[in-house]
Amino acid sequence: MEQSKFIIYLFVAATTTYLIRMLPLLLIKKKIANKFVVSFLYYIPYAVLSVMTIPAVFYATDYYTSAVIGVIAGIVAAYLGQSLLRVACLSCLVVFIAESIIGLM
Amino acid sequence: MKEHNSFVKGIKDGLPICLGYLSVSFAFGIFSVSNGLSVIQALLISMTNVTSAGQLAAVPIMLSGGSLIELFVSQLVINLRYALMSVSLSQKLGKSVKTLDRLLISFVNTDEVFAVASGKFGQVGKRYLYGLILTPYFGWSIGTFIGASAGNILPQSVVSALGIAIYGMFIAIVVPVVKKSKPTLFCVMGAIALSLIFEFLPFLKNIPHGFVIIICTCVASTLAAIIAPVSVKDEV
Repeated sequence: MEQSKFIIYLFVAATTTYLIRMLPLLLIKKKIANKFVVSFLYYIPYAVLSVMTIPAVFYATDYYTSAVIGVIAGIVAAYLGQSLLRVACLSCLVVFIAESIIGLM
Repeated sequence: MKEHNSFVKGIKDGLPICLGYLSVSFAFGIFSVSNGLSVIQALLISMTNVTSAGQLAAVPIMLSGGSLIELFVSQLVINLRYALMSVSLSQKLGKSVKTLDRLLISFVNTDEVFAVASGKFGQVGKRYLYGLILTPYFGWSIGTFIGASAGNILPQSVVSALGIAIYGMFIAIVVPVVKKSKPTLFCVMGAIALSLIFEFLPFLKNIPHGFVIIICTCVASTLAAIIAPVSVKDEV
């Protein structure tokens, strides 16, 4: 691809993404008082993370089975109060072990 | 109200994100170069966009000589969820976060940065946020560079295992809250049910993924907000 054409593509993609992220943060500086909106925004992070995790996580590794086992391990570790880093590392490790076993079968 | 504003604590909380990003951006680097971009082009995309799904969608459009409108619409649809996240994050920001800080921090307001910032009890200040975004940004860029220039150094089994890292983080953020709050549990279950419906039902599964995320999130959060509104003092 020509460098000049690439730069134009890059500019459009980067600017679009940046404006989507930046405008709400720039424009909303006050604390919202409306009880419904406050509640709605309270639930957003948990809802959006769940939607992004399921079902996408099941396609994130080489096998569905290893992903399912990795998710279960992650949920148990998180339920027991482990930190982000530990839960993330444990899930990876469990997937790695599960896939090593699947590879032997 | 408590404001988290330690740069070091931010760095510490950002490290798991950085770890997850190394693997995802590594895959993006491999993907870009194998589809015909140069190493520098792949790196530039990661350094200026900082978004996994958006970048993965952008590369084929660029390489096939797609129109700028197509590129714009794809980024808008896939990334519109960030607007929702930025609105939510705007309510978490402490007084130390000024206009210039908002301009800089929003550049790296990724799913994971948003998730970690949201998971903090109380408000987040600028020093914490700068610490939080620092290592993920470099992890994202460096991972892309390594993946693009030396994609075959990691065995596939390791790449596959690292593929779950980001989701492990999401789980670690959602589960402790769901454990304590029944309404949040129902909200999450509802969101997951909707997500599965959109994944598998005919017609619905043809809706672009970026829209699906927004629809499921908004419906579940709206229902939860109506059925179990949180009081302002619970919220923080």
